Amino acid sequence: MEKRDFTITAETGIHARPATILVQTASKFTSDITLTYNGKSVNLKSIMGVMSLGVGQNAEVTISAEGDDEKDAIAAIEDTMKKEGLAD
Amino acid sequence: MSHTLNGIAAGGGITIAPVYVMGASSLAAPNKVADDENHEAQRLRDSFSLINHGLRQIGDQAEAEFGRPIMTIRTLQTVINDPAVRQLAMDMLIENHWTAEWTVEQLVDRLQKLSTIAVSSPFWVGVVHDLGQRLLSHLLQEPIPDVANLDHRAVVIAHSISPTQVVRLDRQLVAALVTDEGGATSHFSLLSEELAIPSVVATHGVTKYAHDDMVAIVDGIHGKVILQPSPQEIDQYQKMAGQYARENSALGKLKHQETRSTDGQRIRIAANMSLPDEINSITHSGAEGVGLFRTEFMLMEDARFTSEDAQFAIYKQVATAMPERLIVVRTLDIGSDKLVQDASYDDGSNPALGLRGLRLGLAHQELLRPQIRALLRAATYGKIAIMFPMVTTLAEFRQSRQIVDEERQKLTDEGIKIPDNVQVGMMVETPAAVTMIDQFAQHADFFSIGSNDLAQYLFAVDRTNGQVAPLLQTLHPAMLRSVLHVIRQAHNEGKWVSLCGNMAALHVAEPLLLAMGLDEFSVPSDHILPLRHLISGLSVRQLQPLLHQALALENADEVEQLIKHSLPELYQAEQN
Repeated sequence: MEKRDFTITAETGIHARPATILVQTASKFTSDITLTYNGKSVNLKSIMGVMSLGVGQNAEVTISAEGDDEKDAIAAIEDTMKKEGLAD
Repeated sequence: MSHTLNGIAAGGGITIAPVYVMGASSLAAPNKVADDENHEAQRLRDSFSLINHGLRQIGDQAEAEFGRPIMTIRTLQTVINDPAVRQLAMDMLIENHWTAEWTVEQLVDRLQKLSTIAVSSPFWVGVVHDLGQRLLSHLLQEPIPDVANLDHRAVVIAHSISPTQVVRLDRQLVAALVTDEGGATSHFSLLSEELAIPSVVATHGVTKYAHDDMVAIVDGIHGKVILQPSPQEIDQYQKMAGQYARENSALGKLKHQETRSTDGQRIRIAANMSLPDEINSITHSGAEGVGLFRTEFMLMEDARFTSEDAQFAIYKQVATAMPERLIVVRTLDIGSDKLVQDASYDDGSNPALGLRGLRLGLAHQELLRPQIRALLRAATYGKIAIMFPMVTTLAEFRQSRQIVDEERQKLTDEGIKIPDNVQVGMMVETPAAVTMIDQFAQHADFFSIGSNDLAQYLFAVDRTNGQVAPLLQTLHPAMLRSVLHVIRQAHNEGKWVSLCGNMAALHVAEPLLLAMGLDEFSVPSDHILPLRHLISGLSVRQLQPLLHQALALENADEVEQLIKHSLPELYQAEQN
């Protein structure tokens, strides 16, 4: 299992546009990928899951991946987080 | 009788055509309880598959056309392909014995209210609404009001238009788009800009006045809609439309390009801005930032100067409109020709040489400090740079920078995060600043040459006095040498230089400024594309001998003749 913590710096939090890109990124991998915030975990491949968490600015979130391509998945998601300006 | 409505310009030029009013898309479920929920479940599954298939087609087609992902369509696809969304819909339908239609309505409601982030995002709420309407349209076998059955070129007028409707518009038939709702930065406006269809949004009730038998003029440049125009108005706008079309066909291609000379020098062309509202047209003008935001006009509109919070809201709005581009905000430059209508400020007998610009700001820090605080706070939302006007001595600039540091410290102590990289620069408008520029360059992050004031002070000519011709002086070798000196000294210290006065938009001066190595031209937004066109045909290297010759001449007339003689193609273009 691969894990990474992020602090969301984007003013609008994880809103619909970056959520779409995160979900699209996660969906490219076979590993199970979860987003955990505030004690709740959701499937990062589900936009409904991501939007239901309501991740705002300054939120501390954890992304974990489990499966054959878990390392690549976490690296790609970290990249997306930075590119979308969600986290530093 | 013609009827003019004002809205927000969403780009695309000017058009005159008959009106086509498109009804609102508000399909609703006729029945709540299902006779046979298994049958309803199958109907819903089929709708999901069909809409998903349709979206893929719309998306592929639109992305091929625009050459980039269309986020609204991508998000729609992500929602409809989410197994959790389908599972939720099926669970609701089976458990409650609902019809497929009723389930869609409830699903839309649930998705729109998933979290505070979801509820507060017009983008998400709009995308989910759009999805619901598409599913209902298939289930009810009722078309979504569309322009698909349009059989003639028309101005399409609607309450609002969804993103999927926009990308499906037939550009041959849709002459213009006008909506009640929307803002300049809404996805609809951004898309219609890409489609190059004249569009006006936020007209506050165009659908109340428009009918299918009318003709309308849509001015997507100024945000105007004229219903039932008079023959004079039609004549006037036909001329404007023709002119716009001619300019746009040649220059439009340059809008999304960088500015580069033929020998590869990268130049930035930014826009001058006087009122915050202009940011909308500037973002659509091809500008690579704002080189000069003159805040005094905005501040003077108010009886007394606007509060820190009010200013912060304005700067934040401007910064977020162009988050990737540098917005240079000049602190209030009051005095001289922009006299304050307030007796407590003594202008002296010669305002141009009196308490104006930074001098006034330093003498009345109760005006300057709130502005600096507002700017620092807004810098979190984009790339804001602070620029001081009318700097004469190094002591003034140091003191101003000190004030910025003090206010930054205070804000940090108050727990407000300020980015570290807010650039602080100054206008170069006084001969004293020009001569001492090497010292200023050690303290300022950038310079912007205010050529109008600099010419006035350099030649001791009052630029509000009609008996002299200050524009001609702009080309005088004294001006050219001053500007070149500033650029060279600034570059020695690795600092960049902009020019924001009339000189930057003066066709005969532009090749010389380019040759001098000016980093940024800040010009009125309608001059951006013509200037980009000009620069893209010139070589900085090849212009060097011309610059050398110009600097050695005796007066402005000689310089003008030299340029016109050396670059005749530039002048033929101007006479057209």
